[in-house]
Amino acid sequence: MIRLEKRPTPSRLWTAVTPVFAVLATMLVGGALFGFLGADPFEAIRTIFWDPLFHPQFAAYSRPQLLVKAGPLILIAIGLSIGFRAGIWNIGAEGQYIMGAVVGAAAGLALYPSDSVLVFPLMILAGALGGWAWAMIPAVLKTRFGTNEILVSLMLVYVAQTILASVSSGLLRNPEGMGFPGSRNFKQWDAAHNAEIIAGTGMHWGVAAALIAVIAAYVLMARHIQGFNIRLTGEAPRAARFAGVSPTRIVVLCLGISGALAGLAGLFEVTGPAGQITIDFNSNYGFTAIIVAFLGRLHPIGILLAGLLMALTYIGGELAQLMLGVPGASIQLFQGMLLFFLLATDVFTNYRVRIGAKGVA
Amino acid sequence: MAETLLSIRGLTKAYPGVVANDDVSFDIGRGEIHALLGENGAGKSTLVKMIYGLVQPDRGSMTMNGSGFAPARPSEARRAGVAMVFQHFSLFDALDVAENVALGMETPPPMRDLARQIREVSETYGLPLDPGRTVGTLSAGERQRVEIIRCLLQDPRLLIMDEPTSVLTPQEVGILFETLRKLKGEGVSILYISHKLEEIRALCDTATILRLGKKVATCTPAETTARQLAEMMVGSSFAAPSARDHAKGAVMLKVDGLSLPAPGAFGTPLRGIGFEVRAGEVLGIGGVAGNGQDELLAALSGERLSPASSVLLMGADVSRQGPVARRASGLLAAPEERLGHAAAPNMSLIENGVLTAARRRGLVSGGMISWGRARDFAEEVIKAFDVRTPGPHVAARALSGGNLQKFVVGREILQKPQVLVINQPTWGVDAAAAAAIRQALLDLAGEGAAIVVISQDLDELMEISDRFGALNEGRLSAIRPVADLDIEQIGLMMGGAHDMEVAHVDA
Repeated sequence: MIRLEKRPTPSRLWTAVTPVFAVLATMLVGGALFGFLGADPFEAIRTIFWDPLFHPQFAAYSRPQLLVKAGPLILIAIGLSIGFRAGIWNIGAEGQYIMGAVVGAAAGLALYPSDSVLVFPLMILAGALGGWAWAMIPAVLKTRFGTNEILVSLMLVYVAQTILASVSSGLLRNPEGMGFPGSRNFKQWDAAHNAEIIAGTGMHWGVAAALIAVIAAYVLMARHIQGFNIRLTGEAPRAARFAGVSPTRIVVLCLGISGALAGLAGLFEVTGPAGQITIDFNSNYGFTAIIVAFLGRLHPIGILLAGLLMALTYIGGELAQLMLGVPGASIQLFQGMLLFFLLATDVFTNYRVRIGAKGVA
Repeated sequence: MAETLLSIRGLTKAYPGVVANDDVSFDIGRGEIHALLGENGAGKSTLVKMIYGLVQPDRGSMTMNGSGFAPARPSEARRAGVAMVFQHFSLFDALDVAENVALGMETPPPMRDLARQIREVSETYGLPLDPGRTVGTLSAGERQRVEIIRCLLQDPRLLIMDEPTSVLTPQEVGILFETLRKLKGEGVSILYISHKLEEIRALCDTATILRLGKKVATCTPAETTARQLAEMMVGSSFAAPSARDHAKGAVMLKVDGLSLPAPGAFGTPLRGIGFEVRAGEVLGIGGVAGNGQDELLAALSGERLSPASSVLLMGADVSRQGPVARRASGLLAAPEERLGHAAAPNMSLIENGVLTAARRRGLVSGGMISWGRARDFAEEVIKAFDVRTPGPHVAARALSGGNLQKFVVGREILQKPQVLVINQPTWGVDAAAAAAIRQALLDLAGEGAAIVVISQDLDELMEISDRFGALNEGRLSAIRPVADLDIEQIGLMMGGAHDMEVAHVDA
């Protein structure tokens, strides 16, 4: 008989090791999956995890993409992880990401064609504000009326998508775009372009912001009393109240941080890699970031690594579609598998497995 | 002694790192009330769990009525006639008495028959209980009756009771003892776990004492003094709290007309509570669990704000201030529930030190936590209060209840409060540690702090308080000097007879 026995203290070793196990299990089962789809499993795994970085022909293109994709994932996941630590489940980062992009882009486009150096910083601020404001809706509804932030934030994603569809063919449409939906292209407007900081690396301002967020989140959660209060609220809400932490403040703070960071990610994406507001500029980063946050154990450094890994599966997935002809959905399945295995192996952090009979019967 | 019902021979059970029971042997006679005595961690629970089939022994054997008895699960133990009343009730507040009883049975009869059976049993054994009442509205004593009746319906031959009197008023204890004696008269054996020595001496025929997993002695409690029993339990003599002089100072905490609505469906509203505590004084607040103790503590700690000028700390109105501000002005509190309220279970002792001592002990500056200083503080508490733990990095839930309690109490005392409000300071703590905690509270009062001790342990309150009041349904009785009280009066105060006239006792 196999039994699970609760550990007195969560195992540090297992906390670190479970993500590695999850990745290995995903490779194994994912490889089998690709095998069934008629592709060579080893080649598929190599195409996803190895080729994007080291393939002689494609690596030059795909290596910078790693940072381009990891940047927004990390930025959003850092914000989410802070809320998740407090037991506040913001599932609607995708909506905050879209609204950050829309509000930031709108603020910039209102100043077109100014070439002031203030345009881009202003857009960044507006982007953060847009995401923050969108996250304040579930925050206020939760603190005032006790609604569930999971449902409200998720539903608001669909509202945000509808707004995005509306403005990209209405308010923010490029007047010189010959009637096509989509805003002006920021890549062609230097004052508002989120260009690469170091050419050819994929390192744009959003990636820089993500790195700053990683460090700031680390300091906040490990050293600052506010981070302590956030963790305490997640661990034991009654003890937090006893310590003097206001639950309302924590909800507003956590949703605010995650909303603002998601908004920033949206703004950096739309002014950089995407280039313009279109109906589908968003690539579900807001949802994938949830996986990144958990894969990274809600720890800033973990999230940094998890974001890079997840970006790799994106790029590798595209490569696998292109070279091996596996369907795009199988890549999403592959990413889902990663989260599944992570949660499954997670049990070993808090429990140890005992095999054998329960003493003498 | 009468013929033997259950015979225990050489029971041994080891857990990783600790031998909970080491070669324990004794006999329980038919129709005998047998006490099982021991400190926390002496192995009482493990032993009882083996008898009840929750845990299987590593070695040793049991015989019931002369034939082998090795229950692999509680249902087998129940079939063999073993029933158990746990210390923590497993009842559903929203269901009524009969439904709760039915949930504990393997094949419950139809509800109407069950209600009739409950009425019969409750009348036979003098345990008044209405099967149709919702459990959420029952007092702790009545809830215990539900558990007892659930056991009695199974016609047990051995009834195990785990610290049954800790939640009862003296009157309710009297009723319970009558019931137990009646059961004994019918030939039912009772294994009675307690650390209240006077009770055991009054009730039990035989006592088995455990220390550190080993049997120390089996004796006849009526022929042994309470002090001898205690010393066998602890293994050495311990100091009883010493008296101190009562130089009373200024009023430190004044509560006036404190009323608050109930926090939830099964909470208790506070109704016009008023009292004063002076520097150097200990005010004891008694009462049966669930009469507003938690609510009073929350209103004093600042977790719940109360109407303006209902809580005054050294003359300043703090009723609208939260816990952080109250702590800053010198009002500290320690709630009853250790895990999840006084401490965060999954966080280390270092982090749990920061939980309340962040500002008073300067563990935070400019918003940044100094983990070095936090560690020093946790180690200081561990050392000063003899908290048994491998180190300060251990999660709070890994500590035994008594050790965590020592940490929680120590954490507040070492912050040198002007006023300390503490709920159930020695709940589940062994005798030596309880004595140490009481002494620390008295020392703190000796240094000029005002202390409010909320407790269900009357002996404790009589021992350390200067004045005493009782909570009943959210009301506080008149406060009386302890020296003027006898147990009868206290019982009436707890029952809600504020003017201490002979009252209608609902039993």
